[in-house]
Amino acid sequence: MGMTMTQKILAAHAGLEKVEAGQLIEADLDLVLGNDITSPVAIKEMEKMKVEGVFDKDKIALVPDHFVPNKDIKSAEHCMCVRKFAQKNEITNYFEVGQMGIEHALLPEKGLTVAGDVIIGADSHTCTYGALGAFSTGVGSTDMAAGMATGKAWFKVPSAIKFNLIGELSQWVSGKDVILHIIGMIGVDGALYKSMEFVGEGIKSLSMDDRFTIANMAIEAGGKNGIFPVDELAEAYIKEHSHKPYTIYEADEDAVYEEEYTIDLSALRPTIAFPHLPENTKTIDEIKEDISIDQVVIGSCTNGRIDDLRTAAKVLKGRTVAKGMRCIIIPATQAIYMQAMEEGLLKIFIEAGAVVSTPTCGPCLGGYMGILAEGERCVSTTNRNFVGRMGHVNSEIYLASPAVAAASAVTGRISSPEQL
Amino acid sequence: MNAKGTVFKYGDNVDTDVIIPARYLNSSDPAELATHCMEDIDNEFVNKVQKGDIIVATKNFGCGSSREHAPIAIKAAGVSCVIAETFARIFYRNAINIGLPIIECKEAANGIEAGDQVEVDFDSGMIYNRTKGTEFKGQAFPEFMQKIIAAEGLVNYINNK
Repeated sequence: MGMTMTQKILAAHAGLEKVEAGQLIEADLDLVLGNDITSPVAIKEMEKMKVEGVFDKDKIALVPDHFVPNKDIKSAEHCMCVRKFAQKNEITNYFEVGQMGIEHALLPEKGLTVAGDVIIGADSHTCTYGALGAFSTGVGSTDMAAGMATGKAWFKVPSAIKFNLIGELSQWVSGKDVILHIIGMIGVDGALYKSMEFVGEGIKSLSMDDRFTIANMAIEAGGKNGIFPVDELAEAYIKEHSHKPYTIYEADEDAVYEEEYTIDLSALRPTIAFPHLPENTKTIDEIKEDISIDQVVIGSCTNGRIDDLRTAAKVLKGRTVAKGMRCIIIPATQAIYMQAMEEGLLKIFIEAGAVVSTPTCGPCLGGYMGILAEGERCVSTTNRNFVGRMGHVNSEIYLASPAVAAASAVTGRISSPEQL
Repeated sequence: MNAKGTVFKYGDNVDTDVIIPARYLNSSDPAELATHCMEDIDNEFVNKVQKGDIIVATKNFGCGSSREHAPIAIKAAGVSCVIAETFARIFYRNAINIGLPIIECKEAANGIEAGDQVEVDFDSGMIYNRTKGTEFKGQAFPEFMQKIIAAEGLVNYINNK
């Protein structure tokens, strides 16, 4: 009985020749990540441990990104706690405002996540790095503390679901539509405790940014991780961004999968998740009524990368945001911000009447920079549309791609670019 | 070790945003987090909950964000155990790591109602509904997790090693 890609990476990091689903293992970690919300709790827990310091100052990444630039005094105190810890422990990869970005866009860009790595992060969207052929998964603060102290974490080896992607995406359909389609199909607990393994010839037509978006939302199906094979495009990305050694793992031909799905990318349509769960999906063609909206957010660890901004700019160029609409665009990192500036995208956004923010998770989790009032509706390229996620418990979030979000900003109701 | 209390009952997919909304995550103080526990799904919870009470829910309890503040808020509110048909995996890890007892049991999740008096025996995994006179067998933890729970969390477990 063979192993899946995830199982092979875990076996190698546990010093075992073979692992199987359900087995409890202790694995060596290549990177431990935390942000300004989760790190303070982890730092407090680590202080209770009988350890001298961190296991490896080069293998920890601390990225204040949720409530920075500091939104209030308490947030400022959390960030100060993380900053002081980073200074005291001489953490190499601490990213201050000015260098920071949204963690899951930033770390691949900085070359800290490569194929074959085992990565834990005290943030649920840590699963993003599966796009590069790494095993990466979200944990809580205590696991982060233990990881920082020991360089190890315990895992139950997951079983797997295989998603065989065929065909090519059509215009205005992106990685976001692929993952929303999948979550709509299997549900928000459809991959509970399991790895989501994406394979098939359809992958080669997906950009790296599409793959990051897809892996990013594996957690919204309950998945432990999402992972892609490492092809030429992924390898080129790793070589461009990183000097770290990397290892390419491939699933065995006789690897065992609990379920298998085939998804024809060419058949997918712009897909929107209705309130209040990411599984409540409809294609744009299935929406018969006019759904008026008050705000659009384009950004986040899911869709704040350069491809996403280019798509939004393509839609917004020469058009204006609907009267009364707030359109908030958040490049995910400083480098993406700079690139968007150089490509003239920011000018397009501002001329259209959108506002462009410094990198922050801000509105995605109802922190700040775009909170909704009672009864308001938002089309957002973020990842969760739970009750109260972006503000008032009686506000509504519709999850969509950057193309749909930008088109909706123009019309003032849920729309695709085809309808402009 | 036993838990005994009155049940608060919820449905599928209780997410960590409703357990502890992100607008309160500028604090990491358990007592302060507890005052907002379950606020966006049940704003009477914090006024009604008594020490030892039990939360029962159906599928995928604790889905969403990795915030450990969610099990911390539940524990600090006085809840002695969460019973669910299934838990989201990060919440499951976090609860074990901070010493909040949780049990997966589909039959109990469906056979217990709000307000029932319930007792849980963690050693045997038995769940007794004293109001209805029914009993259920919950899923026992693997030995490795039992050791973490016995040490009252991952920090002590590592310190003891």
